[in-house]
Amino acid sequence: MKFAIAVFSPAHAPSSRRALRFAEAAIQSGHQVARLFFYQDGVHSASSNIVTPQDEVDIAAQWRSFVEQHQLDAVVCIAAGLRRGVLNQDEATRHGRPAANLSAPWDLSGLGQLHEAAQLADRLICFGGD
Amino acid sequence: MSKSMLIISRRSPWSGPSAREALDIALAGGAFDLQVGMLFLDDGVLQLAGDQRPALLEQKNLGANLQALPLFGVDALFACATSLAQRGLSETNLTLPVEVLDDAALRSLIGRFDHLVTL
Repeated sequence: MKFAIAVFSPAHAPSSRRALRFAEAAIQSGHQVARLFFYQDGVHSASSNIVTPQDEVDIAAQWRSFVEQHQLDAVVCIAAGLRRGVLNQDEATRHGRPAANLSAPWDLSGLGQLHEAAQLADRLICFGGD
Repeated sequence: MSKSMLIISRRSPWSGPSAREALDIALAGGAFDLQVGMLFLDDGVLQLAGDQRPALLEQKNLGANLQALPLFGVDALFACATSLAQRGLSETNLTLPVEVLDDAALRSLIGRFDHLVTL
């Protein structure tokens, strides 16, 4: 089965961890993850500036290595990211901000990517919505 | 045939970016000519109330953006009758042409769509 996975919560929320574990299990079971899409506060799950206490599980770091290891298509919504200060270098420069906190393997793009993923996938699974 | 998506909007218009971000998903889908529906549920029905003055809360008016839904081809618009009644909103005085559904009709509506996104 082909899954699109949408994440609406930050890395410190239980639903971000559940999304990660779901995606890991899907791949381990031989399914495909067509795209990960980070929206609303989910954009924080992709921030490279999260510092997790050493005795806690670092979900943000695990997201990054999971995406890298499986070379997944992982998109952060640009409008949601700008609103919440999750910027890549291009956007930081464009908006005159002093720092970027988003880099590869994440892509910054628009909501069209969520719709495209939903069209490609058999199932759209959302984590962290209301 | 493209897959359909129902966006369920459950937050009041002035409680943070959720209502606007749910609407943006619907508008983006409409822009791509996809089959998109929108259901206003729970506090989400407050988005349909008229005569709101968001400037008093230092907020931008969401109402103008909601009016764009039909222009973007998103005319599958629904509201939950129970949610409206619980909040004292009359079905006849809403700012969008929504179909008001009872609980049984809601279940069947949700079953008709390929994908659901709840915000």
